[in-house]
Amino acid sequence: MTEAIVEVKGIGKTYDSGVEALRDVNLSFPKGQLSTLLKIIAGLLPRNAGQVLVKGKPVDGPGPERAFVFQDFALLPWASVLRNVAFGLELRGEPKEKREEVARKYIAEVGLKGFEHRYPAQLSGGMRQRVGLARALTVDADIILMDEPFSSVDEQTRRKFQEDLLDLLRHHQKTVIFVTHSIEEAAYLSDQIALLSPRPGRVSKIVRPNVDHSRSPDEIRRDRGYLDTVDEIWGMLRQYV
Amino acid sequence: MRRWQIASFALFFGLWELTGRWPVSPAFPPFSNTFLALIEMIRDGTLGKAYLITAQPLALGIVLCAVAGIAFGIGMGLSRAIEWLSLPVFIILQAAPMAAIIPLLTYMYGIGLTSKVLAVIMLAAPVIVMNSYKGIRNTPPSLLQMCRSFQGTRVQEVVKIVLPHAAALIFTGLRLGLAMGFIGIVIAELLITPTGIGDLISYHGSTADYPKMFATIASIVAVAAVSLHLLQRVEFRLFPRD
Repeated sequence: MTEAIVEVKGIGKTYDSGVEALRDVNLSFPKGQLSTLLKIIAGLLPRNAGQVLVKGKPVDGPGPERAFVFQDFALLPWASVLRNVAFGLELRGEPKEKREEVARKYIAEVGLKGFEHRYPAQLSGGMRQRVGLARALTVDADIILMDEPFSSVDEQTRRKFQEDLLDLLRHHQKTVIFVTHSIEEAAYLSDQIALLSPRPGRVSKIVRPNVDHSRSPDEIRRDRGYLDTVDEIWGMLRQYV
Repeated sequence: MRRWQIASFALFFGLWELTGRWPVSPAFPPFSNTFLALIEMIRDGTLGKAYLITAQPLALGIVLCAVAGIAFGIGMGLSRAIEWLSLPVFIILQAAPMAAIIPLLTYMYGIGLTSKVLAVIMLAAPVIVMNSYKGIRNTPPSLLQMCRSFQGTRVQEVVKIVLPHAAALIFTGLRLGLAMGFIGIVIAELLITPTGIGDLISYHGSTADYPKMFATIASIVAVAAVSLHLLQRVEFRLFPRD
């Protein structure tokens, strides 16, 4: 195992309403390879206990090495696809020409070429999430945090998007931390799966699927290791249902 | 659609004509007489002159509200302290029957332009301030988190996300403010001193020239309705709905 790029040590989070969402969560995500926890890692939510280490250094707020993909996409409705994708760079003060050049490149990578001047309201849910992903890629962060990115798109779109995501990640050296409620999605996409128990969430098990992600989507879905992982996770989650 | 609208107007004016000819009351003229009186008042310039007078305090009041009211509403939306200080005042102002307060203005500021401008402001300001405030406050939290996740500064957050998001609601507030302003100016011109449109209404009422009185009332209703409708079209053009 290589050195950890993100480590989470003893994280706890209690909301103002008194709900204890997380208690003593320890996780590490090795290099090259959950909403409250994810937002704490992103620096978007304050934590009540513990610390988050990124590349060995403790972090408190958002940072340039982490980019977030939102569950509800978080696109500016009054801005075109091009401006939305370039928005991260716009906030960093990159000149317009430079940031639009970068944005166009990633718009093409996520398969939205030709939609640069459309507005979010004119796009389907799946396309909007591709805009959100492209925006996260433009800032060249090493870590992409995805909060249930496919939860509000339909099943076909979801599958296609998962395949494209694997394909994209093959070409970029990035660590993706991904929250999902889909066992299949987790087994299909992940090198490491952390199962969180119900409130207060604790890591109940770490699973390392024995799946070769370089194979074709259809092969993976018939793969012995993939199917075993799905069964293994379901076996463990069953007790909480 | 358009045909039905015309039919609806025709039905309304037809009923008006009928009830006027019944007659319900000697003070209720039929539509035809009212319409002729309207043409006459437009021709001899009395209506035009009256609108010039009425428009002054209305325009002054709305412009003052637009500048100060929007700025104040934005301030309330951005700062907890300003919100805490002033939100109750505006909630009360929105609920208060303003016509009862207008005579107070006469005691304090006399019967001149100031009182009338203040009457417009008192009616229009609450809705303009409250809409600006709500526009700022209703910014979706995920857009703010998105801005923070890319290390946007507070200034960038306000300029690039909060204000553009609030713009549509602020504009709606202006339109509703103008609607209230029309109410304010007519009440002021009837209650404070008769000038402009208010003068025409009360003068023709007191000389029992009911067709002219009704024509004036119908004209202010039409002017308000048409200008608000045009503003709404501008609004939909500027801020298309999803």
